[in-house]
Amino acid sequence: MSVPMLEFRQVDLFYGAIQALHQVSLQVQVGETVSLIGANGAGKSSLLMSIFSQPQVTSGQILYQGRDITGLQAHQVATLGIAQVPEGRRIFPDMSVEENLLMGSLVIGDTYVDEDRQRMFELFPRLRERRNQRAMTLSGGEQQMLAIARALMSRPCLLLLDEPSLGLAPLVVKQIFHTLRELAADGMTLFLVEQNASHALRLSHRGYVMVNGRISLMGTGEELLTNPQVRMAYLGGH
Amino acid sequence: MKALLMRYWPYWSGPVRDAGFAGLMALILFGPVVGVVLKGYDFELHPSRVALLVGIVILGRLLLSLALQTARGKVWLQRFELGRDQGVQVVPAHQKSLWRWVLPLIILAALILPFYANKYLLTVVILGLIYVLLGLGLNIVVGLAGLLDLGYVAFYAIGAYGLALGYEHLGLGFWTMLPLAAVLAAVAGAILGFPVLRMHGDYLAIVTLGFGEIIRLVLNNWLSFTGGPNGLSAPSPTLLGLEFGRRAKDGGTPFHEFFGLTYDPNYKFIFIYLVLLLVVLLVLYVKQRLVRMPIGRAWEALREDEIACRSMGLNHVLVKLSAFMLGASTAGLAGVFFATYQGFVNPTSFTFFESALILAIVVLGGMGSTLGVVIAAFVLTVAPELLRSFADYRVLLFGVLMVLMMIWRPRGLIRVSRRGVVPPVAQGAA
Ligand SMILES: Nc1ncnc2c1ncn2[C@@H]1O[C@H](COP(=O)(O)OP(=O)(O)OP(=O)(O)O)[C@@H](O)[C@H]1O
Ligand SMILES: [Mg+2]
Repeated sequence: MSVPMLEFRQVDLFYGAIQALHQVSLQVQVGETVSLIGANGAGKSSLLMSIFSQPQVTSGQILYQGRDITGLQAHQVATLGIAQVPEGRRIFPDMSVEENLLMGSLVIGDTYVDEDRQRMFELFPRLRERRNQRAMTLSGGEQQMLAIARALMSRPCLLLLDEPSLGLAPLVVKQIFHTLRELAADGMTLFLVEQNASHALRLSHRGYVMVNGRISLMGTGEELLTNPQVRMAYLGGH
Repeated sequence: MKALLMRYWPYWSGPVRDAGFAGLMALILFGPVVGVVLKGYDFELHPSRVALLVGIVILGRLLLSLALQTARGKVWLQRFELGRDQGVQVVPAHQKSLWRWVLPLIILAALILPFYANKYLLTVVILGLIYVLLGLGLNIVVGLAGLLDLGYVAFYAIGAYGLALGYEHLGLGFWTMLPLAAVLAAVAGAILGFPVLRMHGDYLAIVTLGFGEIIRLVLNNWLSFTGGPNGLSAPSPTLLGLEFGRRAKDGGTPFHEFFGLTYDPNYKFIFIYLVLLLVVLLVLYVKQRLVRMPIGRAWEALREDEIACRSMGLNHVLVKLSAFMLGASTAGLAGVFFATYQGFVNPTSFTFFESALILAIVVLGGMGSTLGVVIAAFVLTVAPELLRSFADYRVLLFGVLMVLMMIWRPRGLIRVSRRGVVPPVAQGAA
């Protein structure tokens, strides 16, 4: 198999005495959409943020395109072509929509700014109407769109998303997953952390299930969707 | 009567409760302060004075609460609450600004001013401009980058002492020291910044506060180098080597002789004023440009969310350091002007009060707002100068202003507005 886009090799992560990740190993292949599902506090966000060394992993290795990026500083990781849509969006509230987008393109400079901005507005027409509005005043769904658009502005090879459906109405969730599907169809590699297992798994080629900081299951999206354990725990049991 | 009172009780109950609470607070506050007067080793009680003050507070609060219950008052209150956290406003990209006309007029007026002003007014305005410079510098650090620097005065001192010491020990003049002081202050900013900028909020504030005090104590106690509390003299500026004194040192020609004018001590201040004005305009221009550039956006983004910034590829230490150094160098410039304007420097000009004053300028002006800072700098420095007899109450005035400000305009005098980005293609396209 070719070199994976992202690989975790036996990663342990501690917050003081609390161990958040236990010997986690996973892979995301180039062009693949992979989701990681798990309950609250399973360690999903910790895993995602550890790619950016926030916090740093205690042991194990994180590889990106075959390169060891364990312990690399957050801003250096960002320049390698990894973009993230963080948990809770973390858009810049006092900046306008456009300025938020410009923040996203900071790592790659101004070369494609105009072109990319247009592309984002085509992807999320709502953002175009609100381009000069302060980001804080956007609705939750719009903020999520902005967070995704901002991440895409850096033309990433790998897009990490932490619970993009959090707190959104079903219709908006659908819309966002539709956009993600388009991105994936265009060849983008996606690594998705979700509680909304049914949406995430239907979108994904493969999925991992995390329980208490350990990977407990792995399989294709369909396998996991039909897996009785997953159905019980994450799909409401039907 | 009683029935009437009871019937409208729902309207009364709130205000009465408010008034009672305000009265209690007033009693606690004024009781010991106003009611007990020391007399030798004894003290006298003045219950009537306390009662008067408390009575005024209760009545005032009652009237205020009642007024706010009327239809008009409610509208007011609402406007208040609404205006409270609207934060930054985004101006459409193509909106024509009135500034295009006003700004040249202001600059013209400022250029003409010294030729008509008397010396006193001139010196007051120079002081005001120095604080504008300080306010602008600290505004980058606190207002834009969100780094609470309580020792900002240290960089001001470095600029001022830079001029005095450079002259004393190395024979350097105003023009050499002006850029050099900016560089020196920036270097000091970097030296302080590197270890400190990993800290957040309170910790940063405390460390910078300490730094400010250390610089002042060193200046105060290193007698052989800085002259200690006696201070040092600072040179006046020269115009192409022409001095502004009555007689030039080292046998040169002074300014007035060279141009065939009669001697006037005002020339020196007019010259300082004009140079200072140019520097202020330059700093304003640079700041205005920087804010629109990626670095300006990076400062603000860092203030808003450091973690998001870092995962956006920003090196937070460098970004903070740049804000810190730029702010410091601006203070260095201000220090040079202050020293040359005063003709001497000593440590009493660089106390914590000065840092607090500059911070007050930034906060009152509106965090991040340039115009607000300019206005606030003049209000806070020029007003107490002009109201000399009121000088004792200066600090009280600040306090009152701050409290009013936090209630009325928590985001400062001038709300920061930012211009929308010009769309690359016409709005309707695509
Ligand atoms: N900064 C921190 N300090 C200490 N413990 C932390 C910290 N951040 C997370 N944890 C702990 O690590 C564990 C995993 O947290 P994490 O945020 O990764 O969970 P998650 O799977 O993302 O949950 P959710 O679905 O609720 O977002 C939790 O037990 C949490 O309490
Ligand atoms: Mg999480």
